[in-house]
Amino acid sequence: MNIDMYQHILDKLPYKSSFRFVDAILSLDETGVTGEYTLRKDAFFYEDHFVGNPVTPGVIVTEIMAQIGVVALGIYYILNSPEYAEVRGGNLFPLLTSTEVSFYKMVFPGQKLTVISKQQYFRFGKLKCYIEALDEHKELVARGMFAGVIKKTDKKDN
Amino acid sequence: MDRQEILAELKKVLTPYTANKEALNSLNEQTDLIKDLKINSANLVDIFIDAESKYDIEIDMDSAEKIHDVGSCIDVILEKMKQRN
Repeated sequence: MNIDMYQHILDKLPYKSSFRFVDAILSLDETGVTGEYTLRKDAFFYEDHFVGNPVTPGVIVTEIMAQIGVVALGIYYILNSPEYAEVRGGNLFPLLTSTEVSFYKMVFPGQKLTVISKQQYFRFGKLKCYIEALDEHKELVARGMFAGVIKKTDKKDN
Repeated sequence: MDRQEILAELKKVLTPYTANKEALNSLNEQTDLIKDLKINSANLVDIFIDAESKYDIEIDMDSAEKIHDVGSCIDVILEKMKQRN
């Protein structure tokens, strides 16, 4: 595993600008992934959540954990599992199927989160992970169990 | 182990994954896991994994695709238990 592979996974993330919540992958193998994301001070949700008192919404913290912990790892599996060979070139469409998250600290604009994901299983196309998010002081911000599947999109059906 | 015994045990495996207690109480071989018990398709994976450890079997992708109701689930469990012995 090298930097090129991490970049390849980042390039495969199917998100753009305001909803892309992965800055870097620090380490990744079949047992899990560690990555980071810094909350943009001008992110679209701070103006309204809350008015005059910007705090990162829990759903966004959850999304950061999911994009790094489940989606990036899921893409790694797809790139490396023979049974997914035929979808590699197509559009990846990752879907969360369940999350159970507990929050411990608020996250403010400009803070950097480190997300550490440990794979529980990857079976029948479903990836389940235990994920923790830590702040700059390595203090726990949130943790929980996440699961997701990758849909094969076939535009002709739509 | 006969089908009736497996059905009774399967009921315990399914309990945490369904909110439809009515369908669970009247569980029978025709009960559809997704339509009747309203289990999401991703949670079926957890049910297969629970069943694997309970019966010390391994469910492969082809067998998993055959499972849609309680009866077909029992079929696969029995078939895999036979292969194990």
